[in-house]
Amino acid sequence: MAERPKGSAEQGANKPALSLHVPEPTYRPGDPVDFAHITVPDAGKQARPDETCDAIETSDLCYDLVRVLGNDNKAHGPWDPKLDPDTLRTMLGHFAMVRAFDERMFRGQRQGKTSFYMKCTGEEATSISAAMALASDDMVFPSYRQQGILIARGYPLIEMINQIYSNRGDKLKGRQLPIMYSSREHSFFSISGNLATQTPQAVGWAMASAIKGDSRIAATWVGEGSTAEGDFHAACTFATVYNAPVILNVINNQWAISSFSGFAGAERTTFAARALGYGLAGLRIDGNDPLAVYAAEKWAADRARANAGPTLIEHFTYRAEGHSTSDDPSGYRSAQEREEWPLGDPVTRLKNHLIELGEWDEDRQAAMDLKCAEEVKAATKEAEKNGILGHGLHHPFATMFEDVYEDLPWHLKEQSEQAIRERETKFPEGRPGS
Amino acid sequence: MIEAINEALDLKMAEDPDIIVMGEDVGYFGGVFRATAGLQEKHGKNRVFDTPISECGIIGAAVGMGAYGLRPVPEIQFADYIYPGLDQLISEAARLRYRSANDYIAPMTVRSPFGGGIFGGQTHSQSPEALFAHVAGLKTVIPATPYDAKGLLIAAIEDNDPVIFFEPKRIYNAPFTGYYDKPVEPWKKHRDSVVPEGKYSIPLGKARIAMEGDALTVLAYGTMVHVTEAVCLEKGIDAEIIDLRTIVPLDIEAIEASVEKTGKCLIVHEATRTAGFGAELSALVTERCFYHLEAPVERVTGFDTPYPHSLEWAYFPGPVRIGEALDKLMSE
Ligand SMILES: Cc1ncc(C[n+]2csc(CCOP(=O)(O)OP(=O)(O)O)c2C)c(N)n1
Repeated sequence: MAERPKGSAEQGANKPALSLHVPEPTYRPGDPVDFAHITVPDAGKQARPDETCDAIETSDLCYDLVRVLGNDNKAHGPWDPKLDPDTLRTMLGHFAMVRAFDERMFRGQRQGKTSFYMKCTGEEATSISAAMALASDDMVFPSYRQQGILIARGYPLIEMINQIYSNRGDKLKGRQLPIMYSSREHSFFSISGNLATQTPQAVGWAMASAIKGDSRIAATWVGEGSTAEGDFHAACTFATVYNAPVILNVINNQWAISSFSGFAGAERTTFAARALGYGLAGLRIDGNDPLAVYAAEKWAADRARANAGPTLIEHFTYRAEGHSTSDDPSGYRSAQEREEWPLGDPVTRLKNHLIELGEWDEDRQAAMDLKCAEEVKAATKEAEKNGILGHGLHHPFATMFEDVYEDLPWHLKEQSEQAIRERETKFPEGRPGS
Repeated sequence: MIEAINEALDLKMAEDPDIIVMGEDVGYFGGVFRATAGLQEKHGKNRVFDTPISECGIIGAAVGMGAYGLRPVPEIQFADYIYPGLDQLISEAARLRYRSANDYIAPMTVRSPFGGGIFGGQTHSQSPEALFAHVAGLKTVIPATPYDAKGLLIAAIEDNDPVIFFEPKRIYNAPFTGYYDKPVEPWKKHRDSVVPEGKYSIPLGKARIAMEGDALTVLAYGTMVHVTEAVCLEKGIDAEIIDLRTIVPLDIEAIEASVEKTGKCLIVHEATRTAGFGAELSALVTERCFYHLEAPVERVTGFDTPYPHSLEWAYFPGPVRIGEALDKLMSE
């Protein structure tokens, strides 16, 4: 073993003292913002390798930023997915709906109708445009900010709201935190509150699909902060080892609650570049560019479907609003960040693109926004008939003990009887709806 | 016992194409204990394969496979290595049915050798069953005989809930001998018995009466069933030994019936004492059979230390510790 220098503290004093680096974001509340350090390449300048290329051929794209929509609101370059105006309008419609939905549910939480809500403002493209590039029966393993997938897949708003209110209409029987949806019919996996756990699960599903010779693929979404979890690394290893037909979407929205992306390692390399060490294909894309998101997801889906392998996509985006209803971002980041974000807003960019194409105008946009707001309002009214959180209209007590196991074991049967007894003692007249 | 496990896997795989066996070294090599020997050759690489050394990945992937509609039977090489996969087991597999209100299930059987007695040191000897018994949504199975290992494993694989299947590695092959332990005749009887060919299953939640008697009741599982039986035989104690077989679900009726008959209860397990499954058993017996009890419930367990290597025979319950407890109960 090497000897430590003996003697006084002065010995070795000519060597620099070691120091710990604790990452610090560039801007804190009150700071003026200048995003000049973020390189925004011109749209259309990034090469588009063939979907079946070797993973290594995506190396450059792991450090670049794939962009399609330019500042001129036109689509450029080899990644242009060349979507027809109807598809673009459908996408814009989903964007508008998610915004309207988020707005109303956020307010609903403030009004005490539920305990919690999370918006995806500014990140709509990363779920909606991505979902539109997948087949409707491809399995998705989302995190909690991908409500856009359900909207894109036509999941009824009322079911989403029933879940958020945990009311007697909630298909999940009031067991999950609001927004932790699940819908087997929509190939949408049950959301976990434990971060990143869905990533190896998505890979396992994709492996199963390959084992069975199916043609469906899987996709998963994880926040950049959560990529630090071991599960994500297990997922990357499994994906590459078995060449699983899976897409790993990393949503780099710059913030994990109050911790900036530097705490997940962003100061040293990109999240897309994580792919390289595993031998996965990697793409770093402008997550606020709906066409780039669509094109990248389609590229990765085609690659997976061709047995050419998994892809890790970093969606470079910005969380425009707070983390959740429990969060106040003005406490930890500059208020200017949102306005100064160099990649703009996905909804505005898609709208302007359609206008540029001569396929849309501001009046129609205003009418669409209004229509979405009314639809959400109507669905909310309808859902409220099934109750809001904590107002008694929930599932019967006995359901609490169901589905722990396929069959009710003796100890849960005894505990269920106890719960019913307690309720009868507490409310001898019975409680409405319970 | 290891052949019985291999047979159960082989038989179920032949019957159900959705069963997948995976884990570290389980493929070509057939597992470090040879539990999966020959399965890859027979059922193909698509259904029996090695995995990266990532318990989180193994269990996480199994959850996804279950959601797809497969029935994975992952192996965790030693129970001591299940901890990196715990979050996937506890937060994901165990709760998936509940949190999705039956939308998705995780029908997996996680097999893992557990317990000491092979000089495996701290990281190849632990008995973490109480941890799993504490988690709602998991079932925990521990066979004590080759016959049971086959029947219980078949039932576990057919079960639609996630099952932890702990295999007492001390009795995988050999009758156990050791510095302070004699060859154990009751186990030899099981080891040398012929496990019937073909399919049979043993329902989860049904205990086995390993030895009938009316002097006192012993609740045990795994290796400890045989050690206790040997001590009782040697001492000529007319004990009733209940091999629990599954700790969740638990056969409370068999426990109650026996304790009501004998009036005394000894609990024997190899795991550490504090907050071990014996504590739960003791509480249940006290709550349910108090007026039949003629003496306080006794527990014989491993010590509350990490698992020692060279002193393992002094660590886990052997004839001396069990004998003392039996004598004490018999004298009350
Ligand atoms: C295993 C785990 N640890 C901590 C948390 C608490 N938590 C919830 S969201 C969050 C931040 C996640 O950030 P990121 O992954 O970047 O996703 P984003 O919220 O930005 O979409 C944390 C720490 C959790 N839910 N699960």
